[in-house]
Amino acid sequence: MKRSFRILMIAILAAAMFAFSACEQTPIFDDPVEVAEQGAGGQETLPPIGDDGELKGTIEIIGSTSVQPLAEELAREFMKANPDIVVNVQGGGSSVGVTSAINGICDIGTASRSLKETEKGAGLTEHIAALDGIAVVVHPNNSVSDLSAEQVKQIYMGEITNWSEVGGADKPIIVFNREAASGTRGAFIELAKLEEKRDDGSKRLLITSEALEANSNGALKTNVSTKEGAIGYVSMGTIDDTIKAVSIGGVQATAGNVIDGTYTLYRPFLMLTSGQPNAITRAFLEFVKSEAGQEIASQDYISAN
Amino acid sequence: MQKKKLLKKIASYGVEKLFLLSACVAVLALLVIGVYILVSGLPGMFKIGVGQFLFGEKWSPSEGYYGILTMIIASLAATIGAAVIGVGIGVPTAVFLADIAPKWAVRILRPAVELLAGIPSVVYGYFGLVVLVPFISNTFGGAGNSLLAIIIILGIMILPTIINLSELAIRAVPRSFVEGSLGLGASRMQTFLRVSLPSAKSGITASIILGVGRAIGETMAVILVAGNTPQIPGSILDSVRTLTINIAFEMSYASGIHREALFATGVVLFAIIMILNFTLQAVLNRKAGTRKRRRAGVKPR
Repeated sequence: MKRSFRILMIAILAAAMFAFSACEQTPIFDDPVEVAEQGAGGQETLPPIGDDGELKGTIEIIGSTSVQPLAEELAREFMKANPDIVVNVQGGGSSVGVTSAINGICDIGTASRSLKETEKGAGLTEHIAALDGIAVVVHPNNSVSDLSAEQVKQIYMGEITNWSEVGGADKPIIVFNREAASGTRGAFIELAKLEEKRDDGSKRLLITSEALEANSNGALKTNVSTKEGAIGYVSMGTIDDTIKAVSIGGVQATAGNVIDGTYTLYRPFLMLTSGQPNAITRAFLEFVKSEAGQEIASQDYISAN
Repeated sequence: MQKKKLLKKIASYGVEKLFLLSACVAVLALLVIGVYILVSGLPGMFKIGVGQFLFGEKWSPSEGYYGILTMIIASLAATIGAAVIGVGIGVPTAVFLADIAPKWAVRILRPAVELLAGIPSVVYGYFGLVVLVPFISNTFGGAGNSLLAIIIILGIMILPTIINLSELAIRAVPRSFVEGSLGLGASRMQTFLRVSLPSAKSGITASIILGVGRAIGETMAVILVAGNTPQIPGSILDSVRTLTINIAFEMSYASGIHREALFATGVVLFAIIMILNFTLQAVLNRKAGTRKRRRAGVKPR
């Protein structure tokens, strides 16, 4: 009897291994290019949106931690109007949002930067939820309140390493960067010209290798607010009195200056869908673009219109 | 009567096999996870080149560099440092709790240690970020997000494991050993060092193995205080990135060779943990073996 049991256990193990190796042949994460082909015919015949009373279900939103506060606020208002719909908002980073939307892990992926060239062919539909500035921030006690765009670049490249070089106290500069998945980082690197193209077309990052990395807007703010020598960059909508935004070349980081074009460090908040979104997802995106939705967006950010 | 007996027999057989099945789940999980990591990680490692991967100093996926030497060094340094703090504070605490402490002190200390074990790691990390990191920054200069911060946080985190298990081991030393030693005129200190501690050694080592395992695998607490710069630390005050941070930071969006490189990072982490476990166990077994042999040699017959 013991022996038969042992055989059974071996059989179970073998079965598990087999099932496992079967999984290997169909990867969980498809190659983005393949998905692009499936999702390319996005705009054909969309199923009709039902009456408001019939809408029910769950919308999963995953992505940028910069978009997260806005997405949560929009979700709250949307759920008030549609009590049968649950909207879940998760962070993770813009690249997570893009990947999740491509792979169909979520209904809406969010990104706080424009899509990269490599992501554009993947059949994603972009919906601009708002515009947001990126503010360069320092500790509130820091006497420096204005930096030129060139100085910001040099600080991040590690060429300026002390606040005294830009008119501040004699204190080493602690450079804070965001993690690689961050859309704020992607947009900042692009806008502050912190990468250069090599001859073969690949890109070289110019940010100093000594820069520290924080993995969310919140972690970055806490780091900058607890260190007098620190510099970092955050979504303009998340600024509060624990950190101080410096002006760039004399231009304050405000919504007004983004709208009239004088403050150039800004990027779109994208909501990304793949293929044909379902009815409730479309209803949510319509709400985001509606006047009521953009009203919410313009409280802390800049309306997309 | 017969029927009842038969039922009883069937029940006991069933329960026995159920337990065996439960035990198999753990082994199965280990196998499946181990094989999965190896299958997903090894091809990437070979594509990058094992030497380049293990001994490359630059990690920059957007530029095509996949070297994890900086992170191997950071993980090992953080773990060793945490073990020094954990053992240095944990084992004496365990001895105090088991042998020396008056009852009232035990009544305060033990719940405190147990509560320490119950604090979620993200809370340790947040505490580190808002209290410890600024403290290090103000005291020693620099950013404060550093190897030192990781070592302190991890050292505190593994204390409960080390204290609880070591205390159990010391308490499990038979009363007669201690009484015999004291009866032969040995002092309390001699008794402790020569009798209690050697007898409890396997339990204490087990506690250290578990503590070290927790330290090297910890991610959430470390991510908040590390600074996460992939560089070889020149001093204990430098910002570092551990193997676990690297996986947690980038796995969520990585694809292609980058993803395989992260799985390969997992393979290395897995290998380090196994090597650590086997080494510690081997050291323990060897010591125990020589003691037995010596004892056997002393025997007259």
